[in-house]
Amino acid sequence: MTILAFILAGTLAAATPLLLAALGELITERAGVLNLGLEGMMALGAAVGFVVTYTTHSHLLGFGVAALAGIALSLVFATLALGFMANQVAAGLAIGVLGQGLSSLIGKPLESQTLDAPGKWAVPVLADLPVIGPLFDQDVVVYLTFGLAVAIWAVLNHSKLGLIIRAVGENPHAARAIGFRVLRIRLVAVAFGGALAGMAGAYASTIYTPLWADGMIAGRGWIAVALVVFGTWAAGRIAFGALLFGALSLGGLIAQAAGVALPSQLLASLPYAVTIVMLAVISSNRRRMRLNTVASLGQPFAG
Amino acid sequence: MAPLLQLSGVSKRYGGVQANAGIDLSVDAGSIHAILGENGAGKSTLMKLIYGVERPDEGQVLWQGQAVTLSSPSDARRLGIGMVFQHFSLFETLSVVQNMALIVPGSKGELATRIRDLGAAFGLSVDPQAMVHALSVGERQRVEIIRCLLLNPALLILDEPTSVLPPQSVALLFDTLRALRAKGMAILFISHKLEEIRELCDTATILRQGRVTARLDPRQGTAHDLATLMIGRPMPPPVHPTPHGLGEERLALSNLSFANDDPFGVSLTDVSLSVRGGEILGIAGISGNGQQELAALISGEIAMKSGAGAVQVMGQPVGDLGAAARRLRGLAFVPEDRLGRGAVPDMSLADNALLTAHGRGLVQNGFINRKAERAFTADCIARFDVRTSGPQAEAGSLSGGNLQKFIMGREMMLDPNVLLVAQPTWGVDIGAAADIRQRLVAMRNAGAAIVVISEEIDELFEICDRLQVLHKGHLSPSVDVAATSVEQIGTYMIGAAA
Repeated sequence: MTILAFILAGTLAAATPLLLAALGELITERAGVLNLGLEGMMALGAAVGFVVTYTTHSHLLGFGVAALAGIALSLVFATLALGFMANQVAAGLAIGVLGQGLSSLIGKPLESQTLDAPGKWAVPVLADLPVIGPLFDQDVVVYLTFGLAVAIWAVLNHSKLGLIIRAVGENPHAARAIGFRVLRIRLVAVAFGGALAGMAGAYASTIYTPLWADGMIAGRGWIAVALVVFGTWAAGRIAFGALLFGALSLGGLIAQAAGVALPSQLLASLPYAVTIVMLAVISSNRRRMRLNTVASLGQPFAG
Repeated sequence: MAPLLQLSGVSKRYGGVQANAGIDLSVDAGSIHAILGENGAGKSTLMKLIYGVERPDEGQVLWQGQAVTLSSPSDARRLGIGMVFQHFSLFETLSVVQNMALIVPGSKGELATRIRDLGAAFGLSVDPQAMVHALSVGERQRVEIIRCLLLNPALLILDEPTSVLPPQSVALLFDTLRALRAKGMAILFISHKLEEIRELCDTATILRQGRVTARLDPRQGTAHDLATLMIGRPMPPPVHPTPHGLGEERLALSNLSFANDDPFGVSLTDVSLSVRGGEILGIAGISGNGQQELAALISGEIAMKSGAGAVQVMGQPVGDLGAAARRLRGLAFVPEDRLGRGAVPDMSLADNALLTAHGRGLVQNGFINRKAERAFTADCIARFDVRTSGPQAEAGSLSGGNLQKFIMGREMMLDPNVLLVAQPTWGVDIGAAADIRQRLVAMRNAGAAIVVISEEIDELFEICDRLQVLHKGHLSPSVDVAATSVEQIGTYMIGAAA
């Protein structure tokens, strides 16, 4: 396998947990709620997903329960941030720490245990193409996640549901004045974000690296939050950021294997740094930022 | 036949404030009914009760003779009540047709057709595909009205609809409203502008301090009578300044251009003006035509990197200097938003005084002289008739009019060479507004150069010596107030003049 083929084959999978979590956060933030507990919701989903898959040997069940765990934790956040109008930043951070703690607790008995990863599915014809063929030989979650990115783009830009979500995020007072139930819409958006974050965690622990190690989410929740902001709340740019991060993290592995004379910690931190710099450049376009920024993001809304 | 809408004994209290007390109101189909009152008289609260945004504490609402409970705006819409808000409830990042699609059923193609048809029928032309943030204020209002009309309301509520329109657009709006009345629609028209109500409305209900003080036919009385009923005492007389000798040029902009990289902002092109000591220059125009940018460029909030000579204060180039350096040269500034830029809401009046008056001995050796700070603040409160508990009161606790008087007082006590005031009487009651205008004229008579940016044409005609009009970032030539008319200024305001 050539280096290029290795990167092409692995990039989509490496990007999937980030993209899945970021898409959930995108919907949450488009409705005007900033949930910084993403890292914790992913960590909890990872632990729950691993334990369930380990005991039942069903990846589907693992994903389902991980989604429920993500929803449960996001509802704790919603209770604080929407119900009691707590500061969203503080509430999100608290939920994040809680999720990471619960994750360690739940995963503890299975430390260093491994799972069988599900098989891959090659797209007929496309997978046999020269050069880009490896892109089309992935596990099913990868296809679903990128399909979801397209679906969310379509919903946000071309459906009434998307209009309502954006309206609630841009001006909740006006949305209420024309008769939308702002808090209810925000609650559903937060729960949706929680479900995707939980599944993103389960993907990381049961498919991408099917081995339980405490702290395995390793900041990917934070990268997902950054992807949403620097991707200027647009599904396409968020997917681009996730792919960039995926490709760079594989590039780092290859560089290490090839014995590049750089400390491994530096190589490991490179994808984080480069992704942030790239996205910061994209979002430095002030016009694009103004037109896409969610005006009421993070502001509590009464009523 | 029962009236279309009837309110009996409706009351609403917010904390310690009785916003509405025992209001009776009756609105008939095919009529235009005015609700007249000052800021804070309870007009907006009453409309929120009718539109279901708030629920009354007491009293009954009858719709076509039936008692109804309105617990949300969608309830009101289902009955056939539509409302055009004073601060528009449109979503700026969506297109016109997307804004409609949020509450009106139907495909985008159908909606776009209906928007064009209604526009043609009632003189409300607007491009359905345009993004709302790119529309002028007048166009946005048309969008709001069309959005209501798409739902075929029996009652249309308009909250201060003319406050954002140039005179020509007001005439167009009135034609539209008369056409709707002829179709049998009832219209509730909220305003504090007396002449408009006399021109348009069949009936008027006057509110003062949350209570109904009169019901009458506005075409019978004079504007003066209406004003007396509205504010509970005779109108303060206007304060036309008398001509007198002018001093030297104190503020000059020469061919100032500013490219704005904010897509919601306005770029200024080739703006020139000159103000001498002892005169008031008025900048007329609808908000959103570059007023904020012009104010920021004069005050120094936006400092230019090159071309310092385009802005001159007292003959010195200051274009590249920041706000503090310009203040040192004798420029004082009252911004349009009192809370946030004019004053810090959570800080005391004394600390707010310190923000711009620190050079007046309020700071010594880097430490605040609390005694001097308190004395300055108390002096300002006394001289400018600010109604407050004292220098330690939080700025945010004052009413709009009192806080505006305090900020104006603070800036005037600096004895500036040049005073820039943006929207001096926005949200200020009639009494306080008259007081503020008198003080501006007194300052002019004392020799200061004053620039007033305002969208109240009557106010500008009352106090200014000369006027220039800002439209889409272009500033018209200067005209003497004595030699012009509201119509001519209005022509400039919509950009119809060369």
